[in-house]
Formats: sequence, structure tokens, C-alpha cells
Amino acid sequence: MATKVKKMLFILSKATLDNVYAAFIMANGARMEGIEAEIFFTFFGLEAIQKKKLEHLHVATVGNPAMHIPTLLGGLPGMEAIATKMMKNEMEKLDMPPVGEFLEILSDSGVNLWACKLAVEMFHLKEEDLIDELDGILTIGDFYNRVEEDGTHMLFI
Amino acid sequence: MEKTIGNKTIDVNDQGYLTDFSQWDKEVATELAKEKGIDLTDKHWEVIEYLQNKHKNEEALSIRGIKKSGVINIKEFYNLFPGGPLKVSTLIAGIPKPKSCI
Repeated sequence: MATKVKKMLFILSKATLDNVYAAFIMANGARMEGIEAEIFFTFFGLEAIQKKKLEHLHVATVGNPAMHIPTLLGGLPGMEAIATKMMKNEMEKLDMPPVGEFLEILSDSGVNLWACKLAVEMFHLKEEDLIDELDGILTIGDFYNRVEEDGTHMLFI
Repeated sequence: MEKTIGNKTIDVNDQGYLTDFSQWDKEVATELAKEKGIDLTDKHWEVIEYLQNKHKNEEALSIRGIKKSGVINIKEFYNLFPGGPLKVSTLIAGIPKPKSCI
């Protein structure tokens, strides 16, 4: 391989749709280029791998200037749902898979998916709450130790 | 630029993709695959045919499309074409490298 990046490690700490998709698209994009990829889900990022929650992630309409919705309006009931629906429609047009299907694709593509032990305990989650594709529950130390070669990069999202 | 492969001369771009599909044949594909360290099996040919048909119909190629193709699943696809499956398989199939991020 002529590429210099050999492995990408992603830490996903947020559950807003835009952050989750950023991690997923970059991890998938790495595999498509022959680069290894792993994702460590921690804190709110765990929402993206909880069976009951992963299809109900939202974009943030408050505190997000790029949405161009005044903060007061963004806080109204239903605003997040509307904005999320609009964004999901646009993504479907680009043939972007929904979160659950995307996780299947990532797993099938050889992306290792890990849950953060500390955060799992903090949110009182059980293994059965998490997706079947999960490769395991790790400490951050375990995750660092998955770096075995030069050309590995880590990204916090 | 021109590239000699087996006993044929083909036109390729700077990334090695054929620029004129009419120059593609099974012999060219076999040689291109060899350069990638791949010996083409029946399953490879089935995938190549699928990719070429998609391209002919001007349908975009994506990994999600592979999942839904009914021809091959994603795991097998990665096994058959190591090192970036869509990139490698399209090169062997003689069609342009997909531009999609997904």
C-alpha cells in the first residue's frame, strides 16, 4: 500500500446526528481506501449503539449557529424533530444509510466497534442494550493499546 | 498514458484506471488483477459483471449498493478485493473509480 495512514481510531463522544455520521463516514471511507478503522463509543456517543435509541438520534437546533434557527425558536417543542426529519430526507437522497444499517455496513467492512467501559457503567447499560455488532467493552487504556503500528491516527469527535 | 499489459497496450489515467472501456477484455482484467495480487475466481467475475452493468446504466456505485446487490455481501467483497474493494474492483472492471464518499 502506498498510503501513509494505516489505521484510524475514532472516539465518538456525542450523539447528535451530524457527529455520528461524521464518524461513520470517515470510518467507512478509511476502509474503502484500504485503511483500518475502529470506533470507541463513549459518553453520549453510546446512544448511537443502543438498540432502542440509535434510530432516534437528532440534530441539535439549539446552540448550533450553523442551523440558522434563532435559539428561542430552536427550543420550541418539535423543532429538533422537524430539523432531523429534513436532514434525514436529504441524506436518503444521497443514499446515506440510516444509523442501524450503517453500523451493519461498518461491522461487515471490518471496522471494530467498542463501547467505553466507564460510560457503560455510568449510564447503567447492559450488554443486551447494545447492538449485536459490538466487538466488546473496553477501557480507554485497552483502546490505546490497539495501536500496534506507525501510521495510526486518533480522532476525537 | 499508455500501459503495456500482457501483449496489449491500454490507455490509463494517472491512477491506473482504463480511460477507454473498449480496450477492456477478460485478459486485461486478469492481468490488472494479478498486479493487485488477485487471482480472479468465478465470484470475482460475477462482481465485475455487476459493476460494469451498474456503470453502463449510469448508476452510482457505493458500499451500500453492494450490500443490496444480491450478488455479494460486504464481508466477501472485502475478502475478494483487499485494500479498498470498490477502488480495486472498478480498476479491474475497467470502469472509473467511484467518486462517492459512501
